Amino acid sequence: MTLLTTIFAAIICTIIWYKNAPKSEMKVGILCWIYWGASLMWLVDAIFEYVELRDEYFTPAPVDMLNDFYLGLSVVALGLIIWLVILLIKDPKGVVKASLFKKK
Amino acid sequence: MACFLVPVAEAIVTTVVSKAKRDVEPADHKTETGTHEMEIRIPFSRKLKWLTNMLWGGSALLAFEHVWHGEVVPWFPFLTAASNPADASVMLHEMSTVGVSMAILVTAVWAGMVLVTNAMEKKVLKEQHKPALNLGGQ
Repeated sequence: MTLLTTIFAAIICTIIWYKNAPKSEMKVGILCWIYWGASLMWLVDAIFEYVELRDEYFTPAPVDMLNDFYLGLSVVALGLIIWLVILLIKDPKGVVKASLFKKK
Repeated sequence: MACFLVPVAEAIVTTVVSKAKRDVEPADHKTETGTHEMEIRIPFSRKLKWLTNMLWGGSALLAFEHVWHGEVVPWFPFLTAASNPADASVMLHEMSTVGVSMAILVTAVWAGMVLVTNAMEKKVLKEQHKPALNLGGQ
């Protein structure tokens, strides 16, 4: 579930990035790299888990599924927070600078 | 248990190499195409940054998962498996199998992306040289 959640997040971010490319005012590309990197790593984790559990891997208990989905959503939220911090620090549109140093 | 440490180690290396490469690389080759300015040749340091971003991003989210499962703690030795030798050997085995596979897969995907990008660069360069060759023949 965590893998699926992250893959869907990566796909949605890639679509948003493609729609706005080549402009990168919102730095959505960073979010794509984060989610795709995590998806690939969880894919490896899933393969190793499948080798160990075989058929059981595809029939998880509902409680485990819910917990994994909750973890997936939390991971997506953490990715968004990381992206937001990078966006505000890099400030490609100069919005933060403008609002901090504007004259009253 | 601590599989994310292998991609983290690779991320540190690629960050250092990417920064060092960026300082020695020449300025970007750019061209105007329609409404946008496009780079003909993407510097290697920028391509390496793609790998760095994937490794750091993936490792950060994976580290969070380990915190979620109680495998990483905010007190020494930070990894619960490192507190006793039996768990430590299982952790090292996991790092050498799952962790290394993670690093290899991410690097392989990045290598594939670089190969595709290189082919695209060559195609753009070829298209740019075509009119010049025709003029030379006249």
